[in-house]
Amino acid sequence: MTFKKILVANRGEIALRIIRTCREMGIRTVAVYSDADMDSLPVKQADEAVHIGPALSRRSYLNQDAVIAAARETRSDAVHPGYGFLSESASFAQACQDSGFAFIGPSARTIARAGDKSAARQTLMALGIPVIPGSDDVIATPAAACDAADQVGYPVILKAAGGGGGRGMRIARNRQDLLAAFSVASAEAGAAFGNPALYLEKYIEKPRHIEIQILGDQFGNYVHLGERECSIQMRYQKLIEEAPSSFVDEALREQLGSTAIRIARAFDYTNAGTMEFLVDKDKNHYFMEVNARVQVEHPVTELITGLDIVRKQIDIAAGKKLGLVQADILLNGWAMECRINASDPTDNFMPSPGEITSVIFPGGHGVRLDTHIHDRYMVTPFYDSLIGKLCVWAPDRLQAVRRMKRALDEFEITGIATTIDFYKKVFETKQFQDGNIDTHFLEQMDNF
Amino acid sequence: MEKNIHTIISPVMGTFYRSSSPDALPLVEPGQSVKPEDVVCMIESMKIFTEIRCGQTGVVKKILVKNEEPVMKNQALMEIALGEK
Repeated sequence: MTFKKILVANRGEIALRIIRTCREMGIRTVAVYSDADMDSLPVKQADEAVHIGPALSRRSYLNQDAVIAAARETRSDAVHPGYGFLSESASFAQACQDSGFAFIGPSARTIARAGDKSAARQTLMALGIPVIPGSDDVIATPAAACDAADQVGYPVILKAAGGGGGRGMRIARNRQDLLAAFSVASAEAGAAFGNPALYLEKYIEKPRHIEIQILGDQFGNYVHLGERECSIQMRYQKLIEEAPSSFVDEALREQLGSTAIRIARAFDYTNAGTMEFLVDKDKNHYFMEVNARVQVEHPVTELITGLDIVRKQIDIAAGKKLGLVQADILLNGWAMECRINASDPTDNFMPSPGEITSVIFPGGHGVRLDTHIHDRYMVTPFYDSLIGKLCVWAPDRLQAVRRMKRALDEFEITGIATTIDFYKKVFETKQFQDGNIDTHFLEQMDNF
Repeated sequence: MEKNIHTIISPVMGTFYRSSSPDALPLVEPGQSVKPEDVVCMIESMKIFTEIRCGQTGVVKKILVKNEEPVMKNQALMEIALGEK
């Protein structure tokens, strides 16, 4: 099968990203848009555009009926959901299929199975794939906590069953610690959430967030495209990503890659997907979750493999064979991405919607910028704060760091606060330059 | 006697919500007594929800914005008549 027309069920930079590949493949495109995105670049670049509702996502980009109706009206063959919005909705994937459109992503069944986190954990544990060890049930007494800790091994962390945010959370490095921590954590959890119940997990020291990009076709062929290092995060939001990871050697890459493919097989996964892992300082890895979609940070993998992941997604959904074996995947050089967000690092990363009065884009050798912004672009408060992805490629990490610093220096956005200046500071730290990072890096940066 | 009015303003451009989730009841109604720590409405901006606290003791006098309406930074959201009921 060949697609003649694809509807892009998304907005912003990822809609533009998908339209670009479609145009290169000679496939016509349909953009959908809300009231807030009437004059956006994806709407201008697509061959057709359909208005699907008011600014609120719930009434437009998340409105399955409106998106399906737009696909029907424009006689599209397939729907690309991008990331976020409807991309990991099993019911939407099913609705596309039932309406006769190919959904460019995994099957509805796979999305549902991978999305049920506790069932997914059970499935993978049964296959011997490591997950973060922990108590299966709530821990009622200090003695039960000690038993659970003996099973998973110290250090351990107690967490409140009733809620998050650090309250009711205690780290214990031995039995004595744990006995003391239990009553405090339990009291704190009770006060904060009205529920003193605790559960216990192995505490991962200096964890890194490392994920593996995979591709799988409808004939059971899989390859992995190596890892992405995504440890630079703020409140679980990734800000800087790179590929490869300076922490991952060939042996660990092979181990993570083959584990990722085993996970994909366990879920009958087709299309592009990402398996996320936590890796501790001793290079033990633990599965976290499956991201059943194209990810924001996919360009860094494209830059070191030379592959167009969106093109592969389209080919796979059209029923083509992967046409790649693992030996074809050669990682070349180093790539980094900074997520340019409309948020204010000097004000606790508060959102900073508003009009961009002027913008000067970086460029030159080895620089890739995926963005939908332009002079006089209105950043509305209705969607997430990502306004662009600045990526660089260089032969090695040191040169990539230097190139990113140079590109950040060139990038100028006036009218709203952005994360650009913040990244300049990150790239100045010796820790980052040395690749000495973990998921707590940004919390601790002020101490460097 | 003239009453003192405390005006609650939005800290950020976004969408005004009277309840904490689509199915929940409004957080406050006009005429209701409120304390400084009470959450009186929510503003969503770029998928981040900010709880707006009353900041004063008083009675909700007027809600100036409709549920789900867009608001600008520093826009007045509610008027609180200061003092005990």
